[in-house]
Amino acid sequence: MKIHEYQGKEIFRKYGVPTPKGILALSPSDAEAAAKQLATPVVVVKAQIHAGGRGKGGGVKLAKSPAEAKDLAKAMLGMKLKTIQTGPEGQTVHKVYIEEGLAIGQELYLGVTLDRVTSRVTFMASREGGVEIEEVAEKHPEKILRETVDPAVGFLDFQGRKLAFGLGLTGATVTKFVQFCSALYKMFVETDASLVEINPLVILKDGGVVALDAKVTFDENALYRHKDLLEYRDLAEEDARETQAKEWDLAYIALEGNIGCMVNGAGLAMATMDTIKLVGGEPANFLDVGGGASKEKVTAAFKLILADPAVKAVLVNIFGGIMKCDVIAEGIIAAAKEVQLKVPLVVRLEGTNVELGKELLRNSGLAITPADNLRQAAEKAVAALK
Amino acid sequence: MSILVNENTKVLCQGITGSAGSFHSKQMLEYGTKLVAGVTPGKGGTQFEGKVPVFDTVADAVKQTGANTSVIFVPPPFAADSIMEAADAGVSLIITITEGIPVLDMVRAKRYLQGKPGVRLIGPNCPGVITPGAKCKIGIMPGHIHKPGRIGVVSRSGTLTYEAVHQLTQLGLGQSTAVGIGGDPVNGTDFVDVLKLFNADPDTDAVIMIGEIGGSAEEAGAEYVAREFTKPIAGFIAGQSAPPGKRMGHAGAIISGGKGTATEKIKAMEAAGILMAASPAELGTTLQEAVKRGPKKR
Repeated sequence: MKIHEYQGKEIFRKYGVPTPKGILALSPSDAEAAAKQLATPVVVVKAQIHAGGRGKGGGVKLAKSPAEAKDLAKAMLGMKLKTIQTGPEGQTVHKVYIEEGLAIGQELYLGVTLDRVTSRVTFMASREGGVEIEEVAEKHPEKILRETVDPAVGFLDFQGRKLAFGLGLTGATVTKFVQFCSALYKMFVETDASLVEINPLVILKDGGVVALDAKVTFDENALYRHKDLLEYRDLAEEDARETQAKEWDLAYIALEGNIGCMVNGAGLAMATMDTIKLVGGEPANFLDVGGGASKEKVTAAFKLILADPAVKAVLVNIFGGIMKCDVIAEGIIAAAKEVQLKVPLVVRLEGTNVELGKELLRNSGLAITPADNLRQAAEKAVAALK
Repeated sequence: MSILVNENTKVLCQGITGSAGSFHSKQMLEYGTKLVAGVTPGKGGTQFEGKVPVFDTVADAVKQTGANTSVIFVPPPFAADSIMEAADAGVSLIITITEGIPVLDMVRAKRYLQGKPGVRLIGPNCPGVITPGAKCKIGIMPGHIHKPGRIGVVSRSGTLTYEAVHQLTQLGLGQSTAVGIGGDPVNGTDFVDVLKLFNADPDTDAVIMIGEIGGSAEEAGAEYVAREFTKPIAGFIAGQSAPPGKRMGHAGAIISGGKGTATEKIKAMEAAGILMAASPAELGTTLQEAVKRGPKKR
């Protein structure tokens, strides 16, 4: 689960991770009042969307007066902000965050995430703050410092010092940086975060260490034990169909194509999309109905797929494992009837009683095309578009 | 012979009285698996299906029945604890089926297992392990699609594994052992571990390796294959059409920061001499092709 920058900073403060003072604004007049209250010569107006790269997209601007903050907020609120992470259509800005201006000495990068190779939490730091860290990782991997945390003892001070000296920090700033990292690790573990990125982390002219940005993502599997964090969920930032899918316990991701897919199992679902592409089609979605593929789930899945107006054909690919194919076929037929399916439906079933299943599909009175294997199913779905 | 599990494998099931645990325990018994014990705290002293004794703790189950392998169906909030309990009780193979375990729970569990040499974890979020020739099925895979034979299967995905096994069986190619290593970002046994075991197994002639986007386990596997693997090997990677930054069902199936793409993995595997299937419809035939080509040129 992703959250906004202002929410991330709220959590940072709870754990003693220093952040600038800031106030959330939902209207231009809110923004003006916030700038007055902060009373620094310069304030920063920051668009709050779940995507990164806001600065380059025009979503972070400086205001030299409360009136200017008001004007900037007016321009930002309601705008479709396009960044490298939003896709070409951009994301609508509903909230802006007004933050005090600080005397910045140096911009760094600090990230905390899971390292899959060691199965441990890892800190990544770089002097190249404020820019695309992926780019740094690609071109100059040696410029990224790493410290992997042993979960038995947690983040240790010496690891913080190694990072600090590696970043070229000196004097009292070193200690402040170590404290910053320790607090951040505590927050990461206690909230079950999966990613915390601070880009930039700034060293102030007075030597202070402050998180100027906060990109925080939580592990969805752990949210059951963090009811408080659920309040941070902003449905306006999430794909409505993906949210709907979660309610039905389906894994769904919208894509750009026109062939809707329904598959049991994530790996097979991806492989089905790949096969559609291989034979010249474009998948409209990823959808895993789960191992069972019961009638209820299949019905819900159909509804979800057909809610996308781009869908011109549907491909169902079910590997009947423990469930028999005739039972699955009955479920598909009942679901197709219930949703009054109007687009061509190609079904590929495999497993026990497969012939019986195909016969049921053929005799259903619905426009269902059975297919013998996955490649053939994809070809038939592509042909059905014409 | 086979890898990981065989006729001497005595299985205990943690979470045997839950809905998934009891359903699949019945299926395992029907297949012929030596399921000797169940564990559900508070239900010790009862019997499952009138023949499998249920214990309160894994330690009791091991002591009373000599179980050497555990299969875990415990719900996600308690699953990591169950893994550690099994390791502490001296179970040498822990197969975790549970999907949705918090990542940091697994980070701690894996750290705990480092202090228990001789304990191997498979999964979590995996279909399990099956050796058809020994009638030993541990997990949720449909037993009837398998056939005893000499092909090894290793995969990160569930249904895609069944797809591969089914195609092999249709072609008359039985399996020595099929291993699902799971779709989570933190898991126990990886491709390299399983490939090593297959390489050393005299009863495995060839292997099919099925990966997906996310992480770098396939690249590590490919590196191992290039270095040491001597048997014919075919492969497939799911997710060539997956968009970056989106979790494709499995918690570990995500392209992040431009890393973990299917293209990278396919390139690495091809370079290692693995014959790659163009589509999942050709998993079996590609393996056949790899066998025809003979042992990997070194």
